[in-house]
Amino acid sequence: MLAFIVRRLIQSIIVMLAVAFIAFSLFQFTGDPINNMVGPEASAETRQLLRERLGLDKPFPIQFLHFVGNVVQGEFGVSYRLGMKVEDILVQRLPATLELVAVAALLALAVGVPLGVYTGLHRYGAVSRLMLTLSLVGISLPTFLIGILLILVFAVWLGWLPSFGRGKVVSIGWWTTNFTSWDGFRSIILPAITLSLFQMTLIMRLVRAEMLEVLRTDYIKFARARGLTNRAVNFGHALKNTLVPVITITGLQIGALIAFAIITETVFQWPGMGLLFLQAIQFVDIPVMSSYLVLVAFLFVIINLVVDLLYYAVDPRLRIDRAAVGAH
Amino acid sequence: MTEMHASATVGGRTVDLIRRFLDSDVFHSFKRSPVVMVAFCVAMIFFAGAFFSPWLAPHNTFDASTLNLMDAFRPPAWKAEGMKEYLLGTDDQGRDVLSTIMFGMRVSLIVGFCSVLLAVAIGVTLGLISGYLGGAIDSFIMRVADVQLSFPAILVALLIDGFARSFLPRSMHEELALYVLILAIGASNWVQFARTVRGSVMVEKGREYVQAARVIGIHPAMIMVRHVLPNVIGPVLVIATLALAVAILTEATLSFLGVGVPPTRPSLGTLIRVGNNFLFSGEWWMTIFPGAALVLLVLAVNLLGDWLRDALNPKLR
Repeated sequence: MLAFIVRRLIQSIIVMLAVAFIAFSLFQFTGDPINNMVGPEASAETRQLLRERLGLDKPFPIQFLHFVGNVVQGEFGVSYRLGMKVEDILVQRLPATLELVAVAALLALAVGVPLGVYTGLHRYGAVSRLMLTLSLVGISLPTFLIGILLILVFAVWLGWLPSFGRGKVVSIGWWTTNFTSWDGFRSIILPAITLSLFQMTLIMRLVRAEMLEVLRTDYIKFARARGLTNRAVNFGHALKNTLVPVITITGLQIGALIAFAIITETVFQWPGMGLLFLQAIQFVDIPVMSSYLVLVAFLFVIINLVVDLLYYAVDPRLRIDRAAVGAH
Repeated sequence: MTEMHASATVGGRTVDLIRRFLDSDVFHSFKRSPVVMVAFCVAMIFFAGAFFSPWLAPHNTFDASTLNLMDAFRPPAWKAEGMKEYLLGTDDQGRDVLSTIMFGMRVSLIVGFCSVLLAVAIGVTLGLISGYLGGAIDSFIMRVADVQLSFPAILVALLIDGFARSFLPRSMHEELALYVLILAIGASNWVQFARTVRGSVMVEKGREYVQAARVIGIHPAMIMVRHVLPNVIGPVLVIATLALAVAILTEATLSFLGVGVPPTRPSLGTLIRVGNNFLFSGEWWMTIFPGAALVLLVLAVNLLGDWLRDALNPKLR
């Protein structure tokens, strides 16, 4: 167990270093950063002074170490576009994205799991077939189009829900939340549905496939033979055994949610990190781009690590396999 | 193929090939499934309409002299203010929406096909090398694949796009945008090809014909390309079809986000992006029709890919 954790940790650190290197080389390939900071009329002396003060006269590896050191301390530089410290902007934008992702993930689970169980139990029912067809259409619908359609129906035609922004948010310390006001709560509904729809179909199909698999096993037949109620068999025995892969996939999909939040945030002008990143790409705002890259990679690595450990903890078979391999 | 005619002409061979195709399992499963036939027809109509758009489109949307601003914002023809010559209405510059969709789908399909070709080229090459050579090269390539796979393809494509933008001079962005886009989408989708090919290569590597080729001293590169490759290419075809759907969606998404093709050569995603600006003023047809075209195209390709996977899978026969 310990060896496994250590190996995963080392792998994660290597991945983070590789990502940091990519983020760092973004700065290297985009010309002289001094040109971005001073005007063309600045003298060679001023340039040299600035270069020394920023450590840009040092060799490449030293500069890279310097960069990593800064990132570890949470210093990402100054945005070219907004002229603010990137870490301040990120802290300001982070709550919006995390709240959106959390609501979308919960929504996907709350709808996807019951639908998956239902379509798994009633395999040939009309409702199940309808659901499966709909989910195929759902996969072919790009996220941004779902958002546009929802806006068209619920904001433009019906006028029930707001179509852009976070609405009224309340600050709790440095965190800002949507959930303490009715306006903020209404604003998150459409973006959250947009973001969760794809995950919903994914979870539904996954739970359905797992249910079909589990329902065929001997212990389910035995449970039925013992005369247990359908409810106890379906939910107590079958569903419980499908949850391990569901937990892992959902965990890993949180990464995908963060990535797809870029699209959702653009459609709904949601002031989160995704929108920030997209604007950074359009304006070639390197400090913001590289910081987003490092931060998202960090989130991904943490999620992957936690899911791996959870999997290890939840599924005893994995431990036996590992032990057997280790004994050879 | 069973008998060789001494006088077999090229024409005769073609007829023979067609007869073999009509007799094949693939064609039989095609005839049995009406959904697949509809999907095939839809895809073919879209492909034809897109690739021959310069000749088929009712209006040339790139010719500014034919545009009339008086005709801007016309609703579809069946509405009261619609005009008969603009079946699906016009956009903010008076361009025919049906024509812009045909031209736009052309750009979408070009980017889609080229990026899938690029992904296949990278993936198959790395998969062959990885599976055939094994060892340190194999584990390095597969580690890189693992890491890339833990990031969603759309994010990887966005990053490559942003990366390319940041070290190209600004003046060249528009010119090179199409190639950058193909590179970004292609490079974000190679992993599944590499993994599949690597798996099959590792099986094929142990077969007698490979050993025989090795014994008579053929160069490893030659063995990989001439002998192993033809035997592992089948599944690649299936993944490529499904990857085409993903590539078209990715292109549309990036263009919608404004980091895809330049506005001078709009794709379906760009059209939806532009139409989206007029959603609130009630001009829904500028968004809905390109969107519907995109969804139908992707759905048709997805259905064909699913069918191809089942039809080529010997276990399901």
